[in-house]
Amino acid sequence: MSTSRLPRLLGLLALLAVACALPFALSNFRLFQFSQVYIYAIAILGLNMLTGYNGQFSLGHGAFYAVGAYVSAIMMDRWNVAYGWTIPVAGVLCLIIGFLFGLPALRLEGLYLALATFSLALAVPQILKYFEHWTGGSQGIVLTKPSAPFGLRLTPDQWLYFVTLAVLVLLFWLGANLLKGRVGRAIVAIRDNHIAAEAMGIDTALYKSLVFGVSAAYTGVAGALSASVIAFVAPDSFNVFLSVTLLIGSVIGGLASISGAVFGALFIQFVPNWAQDISKAAPWAIFGIFLIAFMYLMPFGIAGGIRRLWIRVAGAPVQGEGRGVSSPAHTTTRMEESS
Amino acid sequence: MDILIQQIVSGLATGGIYASLALALVMIYQATDVVNFAQGELAMFATYVCWTLLGAGMPYWAAFLSTLVIAFAGGVVIERVIIRPVENAPILSIVMVTLGLLVICNSLAGWIWTYVQKPFPSPFSSTPFKVGNIVFGAHDLGQIQVTLLVLLCIYLFFRFTPLGLAMRAAAHNPVSSRLVGIRVGWMLALGWGLASVFGAVAGMMVAPVLTLEPNLMGGVQIYAFAAATLGGFTSPGGAVLGGFIVGVVENLVGTYVSFIGTELKFTVALAMIIVVLLVKPTGLFGSTVVKRV
Amino acid sequence: MSVLLEVQELEAFYGRTKALHGVSFSIVNGGITTILGANGAGKTTTLRAISRMVRTTGTIRFESKPLEGKATEDVVQLGIAHAPEGRGTFVHLTVEENLRLGAWGRRERGRLTDDFERVFGYFPVLRERRRQAAGTLSGGEQQMLAVARALMLRPRLLLLDEPSLGLAPLVVREIFKILKTINETGVTILLVEQNAALALDLADHVFLLETGRVVMDGPSDVLRQDDTIRRAYLGY
Repeated sequence: MSTSRLPRLLGLLALLAVACALPFALSNFRLFQFSQVYIYAIAILGLNMLTGYNGQFSLGHGAFYAVGAYVSAIMMDRWNVAYGWTIPVAGVLCLIIGFLFGLPALRLEGLYLALATFSLALAVPQILKYFEHWTGGSQGIVLTKPSAPFGLRLTPDQWLYFVTLAVLVLLFWLGANLLKGRVGRAIVAIRDNHIAAEAMGIDTALYKSLVFGVSAAYTGVAGALSASVIAFVAPDSFNVFLSVTLLIGSVIGGLASISGAVFGALFIQFVPNWAQDISKAAPWAIFGIFLIAFMYLMPFGIAGGIRRLWIRVAGAPVQGEGRGVSSPAHTTTRMEESS
Repeated sequence: MDILIQQIVSGLATGGIYASLALALVMIYQATDVVNFAQGELAMFATYVCWTLLGAGMPYWAAFLSTLVIAFAGGVVIERVIIRPVENAPILSIVMVTLGLLVICNSLAGWIWTYVQKPFPSPFSSTPFKVGNIVFGAHDLGQIQVTLLVLLCIYLFFRFTPLGLAMRAAAHNPVSSRLVGIRVGWMLALGWGLASVFGAVAGMMVAPVLTLEPNLMGGVQIYAFAAATLGGFTSPGGAVLGGFIVGVVENLVGTYVSFIGTELKFTVALAMIIVVLLVKPTGLFGSTVVKRV
Repeated sequence: MSVLLEVQELEAFYGRTKALHGVSFSIVNGGITTILGANGAGKTTTLRAISRMVRTTGTIRFESKPLEGKATEDVVQLGIAHAPEGRGTFVHLTVEENLRLGAWGRRERGRLTDDFERVFGYFPVLRERRRQAAGTLSGGEQQMLAVARALMLRPRLLLLDEPSLGLAPLVVREIFKILKTINETGVTILLVEQNAALALDLADHVFLLETGRVVMDGPSDVLRQDDTIRRAYLGY
């Protein structure tokens, strides 16, 4: 389908060009916000892979984010490792941890997995505070923002912006290849009909655990990046609220969607700020209203909404990206059989 | 031995609160596959309503019952107005709406009534009740009685009234329910109404103990999740029993195990959830759903 | 003989897929009509369309009242009882509770004892099992329960979807005998069946559906002689 791919590629390149120009037009604070958006987008793509494409509900991805952040922070703070190296290390470590977590998670479905991951998320700040010797306890660890290498004339915020953008592009490209190929189809098949997938010869146990691992790795990398960008890690930043926020970003952006991760990240980064601007007294009420309104207008997320609009306008389904997720039990009760 | 009995009774009292909130969660989950994350916040809001009525001079039980009625109406309205537009959306989208409700409730409560802690009265006398050497708090005993009374009424309603039967049917098999003429949408709304009533009871019973503030139900909600997990999300009776068990275990662990300080206060709840999920995810009384392939 | 149900140019959709392509037929009061056809022909969809369980275009009139804008629950209140494919039993509820629920849609609420006696008269085994959970009943008993539940509505029109599915021949024969008796009390029956022989025996009138279209329509004794039907659906 090279004819429809070219406009898309050109569009993405144009976006990339704009993104690269931003650091020279925006203030440091705005750059910081956009770096945060890219970081969230990476984390949300990780979560999307697991929950959107593979149907495993996770309310605990904040834990992997925390692991990534703390691994990076500890390596930088204690062992003076350059921030660049901490990122792949965080990724690999989270890959392993995620895979190991995925193994017992195989026994849990839907609600029960959500409960287990929710409990994990609740426990994270406590565990971080408990291992004070490593984590610096409630005080956390203060870090310094890395400066641009090779004497490039960029402020640390500008440099970090480019770093996060680069990691984003790389990981999204990898993710897209993964999800649109055989692996992606297997993952979606497992989500849509677990038993049929098994019957077709897909090793569901292996795939599900692998997806957990890869998903955790993405989120861990995001956490590691955030350690440098914020230059500070503390247990209370990684509470259950973070996990819920990532899930919100995932659903708002569009669950089984790669572009959705970016939309979701934009939402969770900027909407709380807008809410504060609208109402100083009850900002979270405004946020809640935004959340509900988005779900009314676009129950399949922003990416889902765009897809539907495209179908209406262009008349043909867009290739490639998966449908919105529904849990297995949900699908069964609503399934209609024709005769 | 005396202390053990005291702690058990005390645990049953808090357990009753967890049982009420867990029952609310399970009722809605059974009917819709959705976990209503806002349940605790709605309960907190109802408790504030009661506080306002009491402040206006209403006697306790009048305010209590009025709050139950208002909570019921509120639940019905929320289901019909806020949940209904997304009832056919993917489950996570509906969960998002309940999360939205959660933050709205919490934020509104803070805005209307401020975050300053307010004392909330208990309708039970403050003189403790003595049986031999064992001392029972009057509020604890009263709490258990109120919880049991509410649960009994609900049981009778579901078991013996036509409307209760219709609600059970609608939760269990909405398609067949429509085919016998049951308006499933309204049954759901009534379910939400009843769930809000349970939440309100929990809130009003726990507020005297924890003092009233917008984050009143945060911890209780987690214990309610533990209770529902233990008892089984598909079993209302199980959720209730789970609530009592969690309450007693929490109390006993708190009394007898020294290193569980306030730092790790949810530890008991989380540990129970993890253990149950590892051993028997569907809980003590939950049934595994048999799905047609 | 008045027309009880009239369907014109009915199209039915599952999402964007069209399952019925302009089906038209009418059912006279007091008769037994059967819809025959292979798997996927649209038989169940037709019943679902009448019960407003699928999206449709075209007209459906019951006793001259249009059904198009109505919800399933409203259709039930008009006096149409539908025993769906797969029985649709409330498996966790008792037999008695299932029957009680059958009467929920009735306009005239009254005491149910007469109705219970009537259905227990047709299906004595249900009386024996009245306090048992419906899910513990055998397939045949559950089918009886499905029909009994539909009867509790005191319906004018009874829609039955594949009552013979998965049942032993003896049981099926028994049920079909009872259906005849029920019809004689004035209940019009619209029956969807794959078991053509039995259906042709019971019914007065037959429609044959093929991939969402009516291809044959006539009295059952005439169609029973038809070669196509004999070869394709009766097997000889």
